[in-house]
Parts: sequence; structure tokens; C-alpha cells
Amino acid sequence: MTLNSTPPPRPSPIKLNVDGVRAWFGTNRVLHGVDLPIAERSVTAIIGPSGCGKSTLIRCLNRMHELSEGARSEGSITLDGKDIYSREVDPVLLRRRVGMVFQKPNPFPSMSVRDNVLAGLRLTGSLDRTRADDVVEKALRDAALWDEVKDRLGAPGLGLSGGQQQRLCIARSLAVSPEVLLMDEPCSALDPSATSRIEDLIHALRATYTIAIVTHHMQQAARVSDYTAFLLSGDLVEFSETNRLFTSPRDSRTEDYITGKFG
Amino acid sequence: MPASSEILAMPTQAQPAGHTPQAAASRIERVIEALLAACSIATVLTTAGILLVLAVETWSFLREVGIGKLLFDTEWTPLFAQKHFGIWPLVAGTCLTSLCAIAVALPLGVLSAIFMSELASPRLRKWCKPLLEILAGVPTIVYGYFALVVVTPILQRMIPDLAGFNALSAGLVMGIMITPIIASLAEDALHAVPKGLREAAYALGASKVPTILRVVVPAAMGGIAASVIIAVSRAVGETMIVAIAAGQQPRLTLDPRVPIETMTAYIVQVSMGDTPAGTLEYRTIFVVGSALFLLTLAMNVTSYKLAKRFRRAT
Repeated sequence: MTLNSTPPPRPSPIKLNVDGVRAWFGTNRVLHGVDLPIAERSVTAIIGPSGCGKSTLIRCLNRMHELSEGARSEGSITLDGKDIYSREVDPVLLRRRVGMVFQKPNPFPSMSVRDNVLAGLRLTGSLDRTRADDVVEKALRDAALWDEVKDRLGAPGLGLSGGQQQRLCIARSLAVSPEVLLMDEPCSALDPSATSRIEDLIHALRATYTIAIVTHHMQQAARVSDYTAFLLSGDLVEFSETNRLFTSPRDSRTEDYITGKFG
Repeated sequence: MPASSEILAMPTQAQPAGHTPQAAASRIERVIEALLAACSIATVLTTAGILLVLAVETWSFLREVGIGKLLFDTEWTPLFAQKHFGIWPLVAGTCLTSLCAIAVALPLGVLSAIFMSELASPRLRKWCKPLLEILAGVPTIVYGYFALVVVTPILQRMIPDLAGFNALSAGLVMGIMITPIIASLAEDALHAVPKGLREAAYALGASKVPTILRVVVPAAMGGIAASVIIAVSRAVGETMIVAIAAGQQPRLTLDPRVPIETMTAYIVQVSMGDTPAGTLEYRTIFVVGSALFLLTLAMNVTSYKLAKRFRRAT
């Protein structure tokens, strides 16, 4: 991968556009009509207190939300201008374009480091055996894990440290070459040094991927993202460039939250 | 007794023992504790007693006959004039019927576990599992006659030289009997696989079947293997079906079409007969019992270890 560390010169086009999305768990409505543009090759952070619906929102973006029992959603979400909830879209194929990293590192317990990286390709039946080694090395290098695991690719994925496991999960997502990477509080189970490695990684990945990251950690949003959305009780309170949101919020609720008055 | 009175009374007032409700309650508690302890001690003592009897009788048999005849003879005819004490025909009979059983129960049990855990709607699952478990509650004598009078005649139409008593029919029916064990325990193991792993697979763009086969089942493998071993050890110990449907002819063979005798069926045969206690013939049933005990013990230990490894892994 050629890492281009300079930020894009002009505002990037919208990769994913969220328009009036409402979501339910059973009869409980958790999102009340959220609009959010997610720009290509940039990092969009979604912040907000626990239970504000930020995880639900991000899970609507790759249609994982509907897998939970009793969960449904309405409104429109487009990827490159095409509605991902339309009848022609197969959610399985959509998820190959929109990858996801979860809160708790979840490498497959029965698989080695190498097999974890290849899992996505094997599960989708699209692994080219002759290229397997290249895929593994590239994904692990992109996830900044290669140097630490290159001598124990055959070791169980669960044998790695928590931070390494999470980078392994990122490598696993990257191996299927998604366009968008969704991260649902990817550092909440990690210690500070592992967290900072993941943040560096996110920074590097934004040159290639469109990234949306959910975090309850405001400093993290400030450090890694280009745009930030503040969600409160299922409503989008404010969305703007990260710098502006943290230095001169327009809404008093945003200000209260980022100055630590609640949450 | 309301909990608040206990809290109020506890700290300061030292009341005469035996008169307060607290003292009465703690006396009752002590009695209950003693009763419960007695119950568990009784079960431990029973097990110990069984082991002791097995060991003593086996020991006196071995002193008389020698372990060589037990292990290096290929015939088992302790009730005949020409006595042979090679235990392998009985072991072969047990293995043969158990193999037939597992050949039926493994695919049937694991597939129904996968169906119930991963594919069935929650409502169907709620009905399915208890229904399947009813199968485990059918008395084995019923299975035995089912094998003898229903399954064997049907099989005889397909396999002309099948004997009236045979290992095949008994094994197949035993397989049906142990299917619910595998289905139920394997379903528990599959159900215990963390949701996060399924989500990880779906997020990679995997559809349902690959996710089940490559992620969920491997993650539950320890539990599934444990369930299979428990089911096999149940098959090895099963008595009624094989005593009724498999015949009573100890024979060192792996041919499922002919009559054989399992270890359990031999024990039944001798204990139901008029073999006088204390004779060598009588002691053979304890020898066979010991062998059976060791076999199932080994399997249960393996299954326990597998299940433990499986719990650590997830």
C-alpha cells in the first residue's frame, strides 16, 4: 500500500450518506431521524454518551443492525449514491464493501493468525491460494502487525495480546479489501499504549479507506478524526469538522458534553 | 421471617440461645445441612462400595485364572465345559454395536444441533428441543423390542443374509436412542459460541452456511466432541437393546450381520441365569464389569477434559 500521509487537498466526495435514519429495538426507538454525510478517505467520528445510539447508527451502515432480534430501521443510507437498503442489494455483498471492527477483539478461536487474516476470503469462497501469502503479509503490514507476528503466523490468534488481537481483527477486515471500515469503539478494551498504536493505524488507513469510528472517548475523536458527529439520545445534535466541533461548538449541549458537564 | 428483624436483632442484643427465631432458624439450617451432607456421603459410599466389590471379585478371578488368559485368548466360553476366558469377543461386540450407533447418532445429532441452534426460529427451537429429549426418555426395553420386531425384519428385506439377532439392528436403534444426547449437548455448545464471532464473520461478508461451518462449529468443537464421547459411553453401557436384539453369542468379529454378545449383555445373561454365587463363572461378570467401568471411565475423563479445554478457548 502506498501511504499518502498528506490530507486530501479539497473536501472529499460523500461516500456514505445517512438520511433520516430511524432505528428500533422491538418497540424501543433508539434513533429518531439521523442525517450524516460520511466523506470518502477521511475519518468520521461519532461521539456521545452511553446509550445515545451511536453503535446502532454505525451498525445500520453495514446492515448489521437488522441481525439483532427484533431490530429494524427506516430512512435512507446510500453508498456511492446507491441505497443500501433497496431490494436489489444483498446485505452479504454489501458487508464485503463495508467492513467492521468490533468493540471487543474477536479473532476466530479455532484459527491461527494466518487463517484469521484469510478467514474473510475463505468464508466468501474468494481465496486465490497462490496469492494467500501476499494477502496475509499485506493485510498484516497495513494493520501494523506484520513485524510482531511474522515469525508465528501459525500460532493461534487468541495467543496474541489484546492490542495485537484487535490489529489482527483490523487486518482480517482489510484482507477482503473493503471500501469503508466501520469501527465500533475499537479501543475500549485496550490499554493506553495499545490504544495509541490503533490510533496511529487509523490515521494511516484514512489515505486508503473511508472510516467511521464510534467512540465514547472525546480525546480520541479529536485525535483521529476529520469530522465529528455528536449524538445524544438518538438525535444528531451537531456535525462538523472535528477542529471546529471541539473548539467552537454551535450547540450548547455539544459544549456541555465536550467540556465534561455530563456523559 | 422478615429479613429486617434479623438485621435489627443481630448486632447488640445477646438473646438466650434457643429462644429467638434466629437460633431456631440456625438450628433448622444445621439439620438441613447435615441431611444434605448425609445424602452426598451416601452416594460417594455407594460408588466406593461398587468399586470395592468389582475390585475384590476381579482380583480373586485374576488370581485363579491369570491375566494372560483374559487378554490373550480369542474365545469367551466361561459357561461351557471347555472354558475360555478371552475377553476380546465381548469387547468386539460392544465396539461393533457402539460403532453402528455412533454412525447413526453423530450425523443425526450434530445436524439437528446445528439446525436447532443456528437455523430454527426461536419458537421452533423451543418446541424442538424438548420433543427430541423425549426420545431420551423412552425406556430402553421399548427400543430393544423395536429393534427386534420392527427394524430387523425391515433390514432383512434389504440384507438377505442378516441373522434374526444381529449387531446392526441393535446398533442402529441404539444410535436413535443416543441421538438426543448429542443433539442436546452439541446444541448447548453451539449456543454458547459468543455472538461476536458470528458477527465478525457476517461483517466480513460471509453468509450463513459458511459462518456456521467454518466459524461456529469449529469454535464449539470441544463441546461437540465431548457430547459425542458421552453418547458413546452411553452406548457402551447400554444393556437392554443389545441383550434383546443382538443375540448372546460371544464372537470375535466385526461383521454386523451375525449375532454377537456385548459386555453388558453377558452380564445380564449370567446374572439372570442360575450361576451360583462365588463360583468362577459368577466372578466373570465382575471382571467384565470392571473392564466396562474402565472403558467408560476413560471416555468420561476424555470428554471432561475436552469440555474444559473448550471452555478455556471461548
